[in-house]
Amino acid sequence: MADISFVRTESHPDLPPPSSEVGIIAWLRQNLFSSWMNSLLTVAAIYALYKILPPLFSWAFFNADWSGKTYQDCTSEGACWAMIRVRFGQFMYGFYPEAERWRVNLGFLLFFGTMIPLLIEGVPGKKYFAIFVFILFPPIAFLLFYGGLGLEAVDTAQWGGLMLTMVLASVTIIVSLPLGIVFALGRRSNMPVVRMICVCFIELWRGVPLITVLFMGSVMLPLFLPPGTHFDKILRTLIVMAFFAAAYMAEVVRGGLQAIPKGQFEAAQAMGMNYWKLMGLIVLPQALKIVIPGIVNTFIGLFKDTTLVLVIGLFDFLSIIQAATTHKNWLGTSTEGYVFAACVFWIFCFGMSRYSITLERRLDTGHRN
Amino acid sequence: MAASSETEGSTPSVSLWNDPKKRALIYQAIVVVGLLGVATYFIVNTAANLEERGIASGFGFLFSPAGFDVGMSPFLTYDASKATHGTVLIVGVLNTLLVAITGIVIATIVGFTVGVLRLSPNWLVSRLAYCYVETLRNIPLLLQLLFWYFAVLGTLPSKRDSINIFDTFYVNIEGMFGPLPVPQDGFWMILVAIAIAIAAIVFIKKWAQKRQDETGQPFPLLMVSIGLLIVLPLIAAIISGFPLEFEHPQKSRFGLRGGMIILPEFAALVLGLSLYTASFIAEIVRAGIQAISHGQTEAAYALGVRPTITMRLVIIPQALRVIVPPLTSQYLNLTKNSSLAVAIGGAEIVAIFAGTSLNQAGQAIEIIFITMAFYLTVSLLISMFMNWYNRRIALVER
Repeated sequence: MADISFVRTESHPDLPPPSSEVGIIAWLRQNLFSSWMNSLLTVAAIYALYKILPPLFSWAFFNADWSGKTYQDCTSEGACWAMIRVRFGQFMYGFYPEAERWRVNLGFLLFFGTMIPLLIEGVPGKKYFAIFVFILFPPIAFLLFYGGLGLEAVDTAQWGGLMLTMVLASVTIIVSLPLGIVFALGRRSNMPVVRMICVCFIELWRGVPLITVLFMGSVMLPLFLPPGTHFDKILRTLIVMAFFAAAYMAEVVRGGLQAIPKGQFEAAQAMGMNYWKLMGLIVLPQALKIVIPGIVNTFIGLFKDTTLVLVIGLFDFLSIIQAATTHKNWLGTSTEGYVFAACVFWIFCFGMSRYSITLERRLDTGHRN
Repeated sequence: MAASSETEGSTPSVSLWNDPKKRALIYQAIVVVGLLGVATYFIVNTAANLEERGIASGFGFLFSPAGFDVGMSPFLTYDASKATHGTVLIVGVLNTLLVAITGIVIATIVGFTVGVLRLSPNWLVSRLAYCYVETLRNIPLLLQLLFWYFAVLGTLPSKRDSINIFDTFYVNIEGMFGPLPVPQDGFWMILVAIAIAIAAIVFIKKWAQKRQDETGQPFPLLMVSIGLLIVLPLIAAIISGFPLEFEHPQKSRFGLRGGMIILPEFAALVLGLSLYTASFIAEIVRAGIQAISHGQTEAAYALGVRPTITMRLVIIPQALRVIVPPLTSQYLNLTKNSSLAVAIGGAEIVAIFAGTSLNQAGQAIEIIFITMAFYLTVSLLISMFMNWYNRRIALVER
């Protein structure tokens, strides 16, 4: 046995992987320079970023003016953010009287205060929050925003800015959701007349652009009421927007209804449930759960579409910013205004779309049939 | 037999309200009566309102003079002194279709490119594509249009010092000017040559397919097609002595005249619409490609099929089935969104017909009705075409 001169008794420790396979260099090689085509793309992308980013930052931050009274105070090369600062109150509340703005703040505080727990998973008492938002909150909001019960009345002509955008979006969603469910049920009804009416309604509203719908609201709706009736402009807009959104919502809900297996309907019928019990207790709870992401997506689209009221002369967030940039004190600040508006809209929409994606993952329990 | 007579016999014992069929009839009757009631109420009120304002209803206004200028009318000559509201409607319809078709083509190209780049193995490129998608689709389209029109195209130089590109193209605040091709005598020969080339390609494609089925020999169809499309018209052009002249824009005291012009309103509208829609199309394309199981690629590679052919013949045909239905609704959205031109003073149907004509003629109901009918027709046509295409590429189950 002694002629075996060397026997290794323990294994050799692992050699470190070659430097080209780990760390930054390997990552670069794999992700940026894996082939000559990729290298070319990378170089082109870096060059584009180099051309775009530094001027953008110097315009938006390093060379920007942050304070001033008119555009003449903006002397440097960059952006004139002073405009946003001076007009900020107007951008948020429109022409709402300054002394009454706490009412708007309170209203939205209540709204978001109840919406956020409603949207987060696992918060107890969701039922009560939902009842508050959908039933109690609308009259409270009306009192706060419009006035009444001792609060000074603020005419809707003074509403504007982000507040008006929010009012338009949230009223439309709260009204269009139940309406949309009704039309979706109608579209899948066994009664031919009801089904036909619902199909016509949905397809008519979905086939035309929102602008024509808004035009209809602003020039045709007043003709429908007895001569001499005063018909508030914002109310008219809300009505047509709610119908428009309801048609889209109906299609989203219909998708959910179609996804419920037939066995659920049959089982409920076998239990002796009538139509409303079958829908209300068995089908709709499951269908609505499936389509929550779709509803959120519809809402994002709706939120972006509220900007179209600019065309019929309402001063929503975008419209009031545009008005400010064409004011004689702030000539030539349209880029700043649009960039600010874009950032605000982006934050809202991106946040909501992220929420919708998380929700989709959470609700996806892997059932496919 | 016995059962049916039994049910017939038992019918009288069920009260009207407890028979689902009769109850359904009652419900429907209520709905119809209610709807008719509301409609009558609206019609009576509208008639009273119109009478009070002294507006005569009817479509006669389409033949009364309009008397205003529309910005752009590339397909028919528009004379502001002679034009009627009917002419305005036709110009508006044609311009809307032009915007929609140009927008759809550009949006599809950009959208497919970005969608594929989003899946690129290159980290930087896929991140950039992601940024493009997330930025553009979370900002309202109207805001983007205003941005392109006022903030980007509004900063172009005045017409005195327009940007000059090789003395052929000029860009200034009034638009982009370029040479306009004017066909001369004998241009028909080139058209005939193009027609022959297309016929030849169709024929060669059939022959190549047949040969490949029989012998397995592939045929470079794409290269030959491009070659035919270039060579045949070129020969025709040489024979007929190049029957195409270019009308160059001329500098005059009032700026550039003649040639081809792309108005900034049109450019901003098409740019905004197609870049916005492209961000949605990119997501659809990405989802469609990702929906195809990786096993398909691996199976193709295992059979020795090359990557480009795998993509073209295995992945894309399957992905298209997932892509086409949502793509249809994006095309519809783009067409409907072209109505936003009204905010930047474009010249499509909502802006000039439902805007200016409505203000001048005052026939709100008729004009809104015509406009909506137009959009409904276009929506219907696009979805019919896309449904046909969808059926054509759908999986043929055996």
